[in-house]
Amino acid sequence: MVQAADGKDALQQLSGPVDMIITDLNMPNMDGLELIRQVRAMPSFKFTPIIMLTTESQAGKKQEGKQAGATGWIVKPFKPEQLLGVVKKVLG
Amino acid sequence: MSFADQGRKAYLVEASEILDQAEETLLKLEKKPEDSELLNRFFRSMHTIKGSGAMFGFDEIALFTHEVETFMDKVREGAIRLNTELVDLLFQSRDLIRDMLKEEGTNRGERARDIVSALQKHLPRDEITQESSGPAIQADAVMETEPLRIFRIKFRPGENIFFTGANPFGLLQELLEMAAGRKPGDQDDTGPVLCRIVARTDHLPALQDLNPELCCTWWDIILTTARDENAIRDVFIFVEDDAELVVETLSESEQIGTERTQKKLGEILVHRGVLTPQDIEEVLQQQEKIGQLLVRTGKVSSQEVASALAEQELSGQVSSLEKAKTKVQSSIRVDSEKLDKLVDLVGELVIAQSRLNQVAGHLDSSELIALAEEMERLSDSLRDNTMTMRMLPIGITFNKFSRLVRDLSRELGKEIRLTAEGGETELDKTVIERLNDPLVHLLRNSIDHGIEDPEARIAAGKPREGNIVLTAAHGSGEVIIRIKDDGKGLDSKKIREKAVSKGIVSPDAEMTEQQLHELIFAPGFSTATKVTGVSGRGVGMDVVKRGIDELRGGISLESKKGRGTAITMKLPLTLAIIDGLQVDVGAESFIIPLSNVEECIELRHTGEKREAKSIVNLRGEVVPYVRLVDWFGLKEQGLAIEQIVIMNISKHRVGLVVDKVVGQHQTVIKSLGRVYGNVRGVSGATVNGDGSMSLILDVSALVEDSAKDA
Repeated sequence: MVQAADGKDALQQLSGPVDMIITDLNMPNMDGLELIRQVRAMPSFKFTPIIMLTTESQAGKKQEGKQAGATGWIVKPFKPEQLLGVVKKVLG
Repeated sequence: MSFADQGRKAYLVEASEILDQAEETLLKLEKKPEDSELLNRFFRSMHTIKGSGAMFGFDEIALFTHEVETFMDKVREGAIRLNTELVDLLFQSRDLIRDMLKEEGTNRGERARDIVSALQKHLPRDEITQESSGPAIQADAVMETEPLRIFRIKFRPGENIFFTGANPFGLLQELLEMAAGRKPGDQDDTGPVLCRIVARTDHLPALQDLNPELCCTWWDIILTTARDENAIRDVFIFVEDDAELVVETLSESEQIGTERTQKKLGEILVHRGVLTPQDIEEVLQQQEKIGQLLVRTGKVSSQEVASALAEQELSGQVSSLEKAKTKVQSSIRVDSEKLDKLVDLVGELVIAQSRLNQVAGHLDSSELIALAEEMERLSDSLRDNTMTMRMLPIGITFNKFSRLVRDLSRELGKEIRLTAEGGETELDKTVIERLNDPLVHLLRNSIDHGIEDPEARIAAGKPREGNIVLTAAHGSGEVIIRIKDDGKGLDSKKIREKAVSKGIVSPDAEMTEQQLHELIFAPGFSTATKVTGVSGRGVGMDVVKRGIDELRGGISLESKKGRGTAITMKLPLTLAIIDGLQVDVGAESFIIPLSNVEECIELRHTGEKREAKSIVNLRGEVVPYVRLVDWFGLKEQGLAIEQIVIMNISKHRVGLVVDKVVGQHQTVIKSLGRVYGNVRGVSGATVNGDGSMSLILDVSALVEDSAKDA
């Protein structure tokens, strides 16, 4: 488990392979959408599942995230079981 | 009997069945304490026992079970995690409920209080006061019988699906888990998996054009599930925007069976819009398998056919599943005494039938003979049907043993796994009941003497956990039951020493390994030097052997030192009717169980003195024989030629000399009653077709006794 403060921090910490990435959308320095775009552009993370946390269930944000390359999303606030459900779904 | 009494009686029967299931569930829970399906099952058991208990006035049970149920509810919600201590408490609860049902055991009130307070210690604080006010009738939250529906799902992901990190395989897996019926990876079920997935690769480009990072495959899925369409769509929630997803309901199982639901392949294809009815007509005229034909004529791809076939197969399976359900529902509970009575009556009928046959033969009336033959057919099938009614799967007994093994191995500090196979094998109810004690004894022996302590096992290069395998199977009109362990096996040297010191064999007797092993069946033999609470009380294997003999069965044993022991029992399917060989001796007639008989030969006398016991040369083999005339002290007929019935008893040939062999009959066994029950050499009696009576010989006891007198 690798923890990062924001998008920029995450990009720097992302060195070895990971099973999946969970990211918020609204973050200082680099927001979630940008992070997803940059991660997807890296060859070794081309197919890595990325889950984004959205505060509002607005279709627009979700759509943007999907286009950036997110695998799925969770609407905040969520219960631990929901998170587990999504992780299980994405990792199979 | 009043209605309420009937209700109470039915409750007692049902509750004890539920308790048996609950025990099984607990045993599994012990291994998988987090399994929500098991937790739910145990909760439901408690709920049913409580609910019906309150209804029929079993207040003691209802009150106590309510507490257990409350506790289980918290476990189910995840507020409490099960551990060994808690599972132990649940076992105790289950045992207490059983005692309450049977009104057995002392201090039930005290035990209940102890268990409840122990359980409550684990409840979250605030739950205790508000919940324990008495049994409340509440709706069962768990819906058990959602109707099954068949869905046809087409899932065609966008080419770029991999670039979003999604994994189509995981989604298909998720669907598979939603399917009704057997889940992939289930061991204890043999039902069909009610989900078919057909991968469609029709649009896969040629290899040189293939970009492996694009997804060109799509899937047709036929899914039978109790869940609704939304649940299916939820599976695809992350990918549905970029994918083509079609979910259609094909049928609800409520309609299955009421009308023809298994559609023909062509109908399915037409309904999918892939074909027109004219296409079907056109190809049908060529009278080939429609699937192959459609593919060959280029109407559809082979995968389209495969997918449609899957649909056809699945709807067929669902309707048979539904039929099985209704079959279960239409069964009724019958008091086993009534069944016993029925078997008696059928026995009488078989006897009356053979008298009718004889009379018809004497009167020489073709009309009467025809009638008698017809009656014979009917009574035969009536007999067979009645016998199958008494058949029960032996699994019921096997399940009880898991608990025994668990408790005992814990008490002895051993680690043992019991595997039961062939639990569906059916045996007569009486046989199963009387088999219980011998099996318990054998299992105890395996646990106590067979399997070593974990340390000793590791030292011997074996896995820590000992294995006991219990199998049941049908074989040539018998049922074969086997208990096999991978423990230390029998010690021939010890057995020999013991047998000599007990005077069972003489010190200079020459015996093979196998013969030595079989000495443990001898009366008064027990090798355990220390008498534990488990086994080794000196009433060991001979009791087991006698129990099996009484069931007209056989027992044998194989053992390898350091490798383990296997004990095999052969049992007849039923006790009520056997195939018997009727023989005449003096003025009496006897029945020899046909299963023991090998052949009949003549014994010619040429004036020499007739010995009560002697030997005969059977194709070079020396076979001892006993003359029944002398054995039973009957009047000598003085025939020049007598018959020897050659029998095979525990791998030895012996002969019984009789005056005349009458023939083979279906023999209805009547017990001799208390007074004559213990006469050695005779196991029962039967009524012959002419109304006379024959004794049924207990051949092994007879041979044993005559060998002793020698």
